[in-house]
Amino acid sequence: MSQSSGAWVETSAAQQVVRLKVTGLEVRLGRSGPDVVRDVSFAVSAGEVFGLVGESGSGKTTVALALLGHTRRGLTITAGEILLDGTDLLTLSSRDLRAARGSRVSYVPQDPSAALNPALRVGTQIREVLRVHADAVGDVGDRVAEVMREVYLDPTPEMLRRYPHQLSGGQQQRVVLAMAFACRPSLIVLDEPTTGLDVSTQRHVLDTVRGLCRSYGVAAVYVSHDLAVVSDLVSDVAVMYAGRVVEIGSAARLFGEPVHPYTRGLLGAVPSPERAEVLTGIDGQQPRPGRRGAGCSFAARCGHAVGVCASQTPEPVTVAGRSVRCLRATDIEVIRPERPSATASWPAVAAPSALSVRKVTARYGSSPVLSGVSVDVPPRTCVAVVGESGSGKTTLARCVAGLHSNWSGEITFEGTPLARGARHRDQDVLRRVQYIFQNPYTSLNPRKTVSQIIDQQLTQFTDLSRRDRSERAVGVLEDVSLGADFLSSYPDQLSGGERQRVAIARALVVQPDLLICDEVTSALDVSVQAIIVELLRRIQQERHLAMIFITHNLALVRSIAQSAVVLSKGRVIEAGPVEQILEHPADPYTQRLMEDVPKLRRA
Amino acid sequence: MIGFGLVLFVVLVAVIGPFVTPYSPNVNAPLALDFGRPSAQFLLGTDIEARDVLSRVLDGGWVLLIMAACATTVGVAAGAAAGISAAYLRGISDGVIMRVVDVILSFPQLVFALLLLSLLGPKLWLITIAVGVSHAPQVARVLRSATLDLSERDFVKAAELQGMRPAKVMRKEILPNLVSPLMVEAGLRLTYSIVIIAGLAFLGFGPQPPTANWGVMINENREGLALNPWAVIVPALLIALLTIGTNMFTDAFARVAIGVDRRPEEAALIDDLGDAA
Repeated sequence: MSQSSGAWVETSAAQQVVRLKVTGLEVRLGRSGPDVVRDVSFAVSAGEVFGLVGESGSGKTTVALALLGHTRRGLTITAGEILLDGTDLLTLSSRDLRAARGSRVSYVPQDPSAALNPALRVGTQIREVLRVHADAVGDVGDRVAEVMREVYLDPTPEMLRRYPHQLSGGQQQRVVLAMAFACRPSLIVLDEPTTGLDVSTQRHVLDTVRGLCRSYGVAAVYVSHDLAVVSDLVSDVAVMYAGRVVEIGSAARLFGEPVHPYTRGLLGAVPSPERAEVLTGIDGQQPRPGRRGAGCSFAARCGHAVGVCASQTPEPVTVAGRSVRCLRATDIEVIRPERPSATASWPAVAAPSALSVRKVTARYGSSPVLSGVSVDVPPRTCVAVVGESGSGKTTLARCVAGLHSNWSGEITFEGTPLARGARHRDQDVLRRVQYIFQNPYTSLNPRKTVSQIIDQQLTQFTDLSRRDRSERAVGVLEDVSLGADFLSSYPDQLSGGERQRVAIARALVVQPDLLICDEVTSALDVSVQAIIVELLRRIQQERHLAMIFITHNLALVRSIAQSAVVLSKGRVIEAGPVEQILEHPADPYTQRLMEDVPKLRRA
Repeated sequence: MIGFGLVLFVVLVAVIGPFVTPYSPNVNAPLALDFGRPSAQFLLGTDIEARDVLSRVLDGGWVLLIMAACATTVGVAAGAAAGISAAYLRGISDGVIMRVVDVILSFPQLVFALLLLSLLGPKLWLITIAVGVSHAPQVARVLRSATLDLSERDFVKAAELQGMRPAKVMRKEILPNLVSPLMVEAGLRLTYSIVIIAGLAFLGFGPQPPTANWGVMINENREGLALNPWAVIVPALLIALLTIGTNMFTDAFARVAIGVDRRPEEAALIDDLGDAA
C-alpha cells in the first residue's frame, strides 16, 4: 500500500509541504463487522485540493468523516492513521480531538441550509466558531469581517444580522465556508458542497474554495460524485469503489487516460456539453459491505474481467504514473476505445407540432411561475427544456401532464386543446400523454409488485384480457432491459435505476404518443444515468415518440434531444436546435450557463 | 410476548369458560350463603345472590370481548374512512369532516357513549356502536395525518394521471400503505373499548341481569367486599390483565411494524447506511 501512494506523491507534491497523510484507513460496521472502507491511503499538500470521487455507496463520505476522527453511528475506525501536520488524529483524546475540529480541521457539509442553525443570526454563528477556539486568532470582530470578505460576502452589520433563511443557497454555502475557514485550519473537508446549487453559483463557490486554499496553504479534500466538477478543481484524485481506492493519481492523467475499468466506465457515462456522444453506463450494482467477497469487487461488472479476477484480490500496482488496483492494469492500459458519436438522424420535420404550448402563464397560489411560455414539440422529436432551479421547467411539464391546473393560455396536443388538470381529460388523452416522475423512490407504490403496477396501467387504459395484459407487461419489461424475473419484485427490492426503468415501462406499456420526462435521472448515479438516457434515446427513436426532456443538466441535452428550450424565471430565453443553442448561444444568459457548466477535463 | 400470553389467557378464559362452568352461572347455588367464602365446593366463593363466582367469571367474559371487538371494528373503520377522505379530498370535505370530529372529540368518550345510550336506550348493539363512534375521531386524526403525507407522493399522482376516481385511489393506492398505523390503532382502541364497555356495564348499561358480566359483577358485589373479596377482585383482575396484555401486544406490534414495514425513504436511508457511503 505505502509503496504505491509513495509513487504518486513524488510526482505531484514532493516540492510542497504534505499537510495530510492517510495510511491504511479501515472502517468497519460495528467493531469486527464487514469492512465499509479498507486500505485507503493518500496524501494532500498545502494549498492543494484533493478529489475523492465515487458513486453512492462507495465509501467516500465515510472516509471524509474519518478525516475528522468521526464516524456515523454503528461504524468504527479499526485501523490506519491520519496524520495532520505530523500528529495522528486517531490517537488524540476526545478532548484534544474536539479542540482540533473546527480549528485545525473543518468540514463543509452537503446541505448548507441544514448545517446552519435557523434560529441564530449568521454573524453569531461565525463568531461562535472563533469564540470556541479563542486562542486561534486576535480580535473576533475584525476576523469575522475578514473571513466574510474572503468568501465574497459583504461584511455589513445588516448582513451579519440576517438569519440563514434570508440568504440564498449560494450565500448560505459561503457562510458555511466562512465558518470553515475562520480559524485558518490546516485541512478542510468538503462533502459535495455544491450539490443542489445552480451551475453559476456552483462555479463561484468552487472558485472561492480554490482561491482560499491556495492563498492560505490549506489542504482540502473534496468529496464528490460529479467527475466534471472534480476534474476542474483538483490536482490529485482518488476513485473509490466498494470501499477501496481503485485508482489514484494526478487528475490530468487519470481523467485523460483512465486505466481502471471502473474509472473508464465512469468517464464514459459523463455527458459532455461539447460533443454528442453515446453514453455508456455500467450495468449492475456496487456490492454492499459484507457482500464484497473474494477477488476484485468490480469483476462482476467489468468488461475486461478474466477468471482470476473472481478469486484474487488485486493489490495496487503503478501503471502509467498512477496507482491502480486491477489485476489486468498493464494488459488493458493500451486499449483505448473511442466513444461513438450520437448524432442521430434527424427526422425532417415539416408536419405540424405534436404538442404546442401557447402563451402559458402558470401560478402557484398567487405567485407566477411561468409567464407567457410558448414551446413546440414536433412529432418524433425530443425537446429538452433546460433551466436552473426555480426556472419553472417542472411546472411547465406538470401543466402539460395535467398535474398542475392553475394556468392560462393554450396547450394543444395534435390539434385538440388539453383541459386543465387530469380530472377533466378523457382516458384517451391521459393514455397518449405519459409522464415519468423525477424520483423513482416515490413514484412506485411500495405495496405493489412490478406486475401489479404495470397491470394497473393496462386495466385503466385498455380492455385487454388478463392474458394479453401479462404478455404486454413481459414485453415492455424486456424493452426496458428488465425481463420477466422482475414481475414479482416489490419496489424496495430494486435499485434506483431499476425502479426508474419500471416507471418507464409503466409509461410505455400503453403506447403513448408523448412522453414527458421530468428530471428522470437526477436521483440516480452517473453510471445509471447514462443507461437510462440511452434507453430513453433508443425508445424515442424506435417508437417515434414525441418527448419533452426536462433537465437542469445542459450536458445531458446533447445526448438525447434534437432541440432545446432554455427557461429562466418563468420565461423562454432561447429556443432552437440543440447544436445552435449549445455552440452558438445567442442570449447572454445561455452563454453564461454554457460557460459555467462544469466540463470534464480529459487532458 | 408477555402481552400476547396475557391476552391469550384471558381470551381462553372467556371463550372456553361458558362450557366448563361448574354450576349454572345465573341460578342460586343450592345450600349456599350470600357472599360465601371460597370453599372446596365453591372455589371462588359465592356472590350477592349466592351464585357461584367461578361460574359467573367463566361465563361473563365472552359478551364483553365480542362487544369490544365489534366496537373497535366499527370505530377504526369509520375513523379510517373519515380520516383518509379528509386528507385526500382536502378543501370543503376536510373542513366538514374534521369539525365534526372536533365536536365529538370535545366530549370525554365515556360521557359521549352515556349520552347516546340515555337518548336511545341501553341495547347491546347500541352500546357497541356508541363506543365505536366515540373512537372514530381519534382514529380519524391519526390516519388523516398519515394520509396527508402519502397523498403527496408521486405514486398517488401517477394513479390520478391514469384517470382513477378518488374513491379508488384511496382504496387501492393509499389504504395498503396505511396497514401499520391501522393495526396499531386497532390494538389501542381495543384496549379502550374493553375498559369503556366494562365501565358502562358497571354503570348498568350492559347485558341485563341476571346475565353474568365482569363489569356488572364488580358493581353488584362491591357491598360484599369484606365478606368475599374474590367476587370483585377476579373480574377486575381479568379486565386489567386483558387491558395490559392488549396494550403490550400492540406496542410490540408497532415496534416490529416500524422495523419491517419501512417507508421508501426510510428504506433508502437504511440502505444508504448499509452502504455506509
